[in-house]
Amino acid sequence: MILDVKGVSMNFGGLAALADIDLQMEANEIRGLIGPNGAGKTTFFNVLMGVYKPTKGKIFYKNDDITGRKTFEISKKGISRTFQNIRIFGDMTAKENVMVGRHNHNRAGLLGAVLRPLKVKKEERDIEEKAEEILKFLNMVDFKDEKAKNLSYGQQRLLEIGRTMATEASLLLFDEPSAGMNIKETAYLTDLLRQLRDGGLTILIVEHDMKMVMSLSDKITVLHFGRKIAEGTPEAIKRDPAVIDAYLGKTGH
Amino acid sequence: MLKIKQKASQRPYLLWLILLGLLFITPVIVKDVYIIHVLNIIGIYILHVMGMNLLLGFCGQFNLGQAGFYGVGAYTSVLLAMKLGIPFWLTLPISGLVAALFALTLGPILRLQGHCLAMATLAFGEIIRIVLTNWVSLTNGPTGIGNIPYPRIGSFSFNNDHRFFCLIFICVIFCYFVIVRIVHSRMGRAMRSIRDDDAAAESLGVHATHYRIMALLVDAFFAGIAGSLYAHLTSFVSPHSFHWDETVKILTMLVVGGSGYLWGGVAGVVALTIISEMLDVLENFRPIVYSIFMIVVLIFASDGLYGIYLWARQAVVQSFYREVK
Repeated sequence: MILDVKGVSMNFGGLAALADIDLQMEANEIRGLIGPNGAGKTTFFNVLMGVYKPTKGKIFYKNDDITGRKTFEISKKGISRTFQNIRIFGDMTAKENVMVGRHNHNRAGLLGAVLRPLKVKKEERDIEEKAEEILKFLNMVDFKDEKAKNLSYGQQRLLEIGRTMATEASLLLFDEPSAGMNIKETAYLTDLLRQLRDGGLTILIVEHDMKMVMSLSDKITVLHFGRKIAEGTPEAIKRDPAVIDAYLGKTGH
Repeated sequence: MLKIKQKASQRPYLLWLILLGLLFITPVIVKDVYIIHVLNIIGIYILHVMGMNLLLGFCGQFNLGQAGFYGVGAYTSVLLAMKLGIPFWLTLPISGLVAALFALTLGPILRLQGHCLAMATLAFGEIIRIVLTNWVSLTNGPTGIGNIPYPRIGSFSFNNDHRFFCLIFICVIFCYFVIVRIVHSRMGRAMRSIRDDDAAAESLGVHATHYRIMALLVDAFFAGIAGSLYAHLTSFVSPHSFHWDETVKILTMLVVGGSGYLWGGVAGVVALTIISEMLDVLENFRPIVYSIFMIVVLIFASDGLYGIYLWARQAVVQSFYREVK
C-alpha cells in the first residue's frame, strides 16, 4: 500500500469539509476522485499535501506518518501535485519551470551558487538535460525558452504535469488536469497519464470529465459533502444508487 | 530578441573588460571632485539596490528595514576601527557579516509574508536607529562619530573621493557577480519560483522560508558593506543617515529602475541620483518634480526604466525584421 488515509476529518470552524475519510491506494494504480462541486476533493488534496493539518485522522505514505508535515517535506518524501487553477511560475521559462521540479535532486547552496564548482556545473547541466527530456516527452521542447505565462492554457496544464514528473515523486495528485482542454488535448492527456502509470507511477486524479475518469481509473472514490459515499470499479460506480442520487438528486420521492 | 541575447552572451568577457577599463580610468580622467563624489554615492546605492532586488525582485518580499542593516554595517565598521583599531580591510567584510547576522535573527519573522514581513522589517529598522540614537556611551548618540580613519595600504591613504572610487566599484562588481551567480543557480530558481507562486514551489519541495531567509541574508550583507564604505568615505556617521527615508529612497530607485531585472536597480539608481542632483537648482520644488517623475515612470511602465528599455529594444528589432522581409 502506497497511501493509507485513516479517518481524516477537516473542519473549518463549524464546517466539516471532510468527515472521516478512509482511502487506500496500491502502488501503480490510477484512482479517480469524483464528486459534485464542494464535495471536498480539493480540500482532500490540500490535506494530503500538508497545506492543512487534518482536524482528525492519520495519513501514511509508504508506511510513513506524514500527518501535519509541511508541504515541502511531503514533496521530498515523494508526493507532488498539480493545481485546479493553474499555478505555473509565469515569469520563468518553460524549461526553468520543469527545472524547479528537480530541486530536491541536488543540494547546491549559497556557496555552490557563487563559486560554481565543477560539480555544481555538471549538476546544472544534468538538470537542464532532464528538463529538456521531459519537455520533449510532452511535445513542448520548442517552447522551452518561452515564458510560461505566454503559453497556451493546455500547454500550461502540461507544464504543471511536467514539473511534477521532474520531481520523480511516485504518487502524483492531479486536480482537474483536463479542465479547459479541448477534445484533442484531453485525449492526449489521457494517453499521457496512462504512460505515466505504465512508467511505474501512482496517480490520484480529481476530474469532472466523466468519460475520461471512467476510462482511465482502476478504481473510483466518490465524495459528497465531505463524506465518502462510494468506492469501486468504474462500472460499479456508474450503477451505484448513492452516486446517482448525489449527482442527479434524489429520485422517486 | 533571443538571437540578440545569444550573440551578446558569446562575448561577455570583452564587454566586461571594456567596462572595467572605463571604470578604472574614470578617476584619472574626471578631475571634478563633485562628479566623483556623486559616482561614489551611486556605487553605494547600487550595492543596496542589488541586494534589495534579490529579495524583492527575485524572491517577492519587501524589506523595509534596509536602513537598519545599513546602520548596523556602518557602526560595526566604525566602532571596530576606532575602539579596537582593526583595519578597514577586516572591518569591511565583518560589517557585512554582522548585518547578515542581524538578518538571521529576523529569520523567524520570515515565516511572515507580504505586508506582515514588510511591517516587521520596518520595525526592525526603526529599532536599530533608536538604539543608535540612544546608546550614547557606545555610539555618541545623535551627535554621531567623526574623524573616522580612512582605509590605507601602507602609507597610501584612501582619503578622498578619487581614491575611494575604485574601492567602491570593486565592491559593486563583487556584489553584481554574487547576485548574478545566485540568480542563475538552483537557489535563484527556487527564489523565483517562490516569487511566482510559493504554494506551487512548496509542492515541488522548495522550502520557501529557507530561501526567503537566504535572500534577506544576502541583502543585509551588502547593506552592511555599503554602510562600512559610506562611513569610511564620508568619515562621519550619525543615526540620522540611517533613517527610514533611506529605505524608501532605495526602494524607489529599485522600483523605478525595474525590480526583477539585474540591471533594473542600477538604472534606477543612476537615473534618480542624476535627476536629483540636477534638480538642485529648483531648491524647494525639487521633491515635487522628483516625485512627479517617479509617478509618471510607474504609470507608463510598471516594469520601470528597464522595462522601457526592453520595450524599445523589442520595437527596434521588430522594425528591423520588417525591413529585411
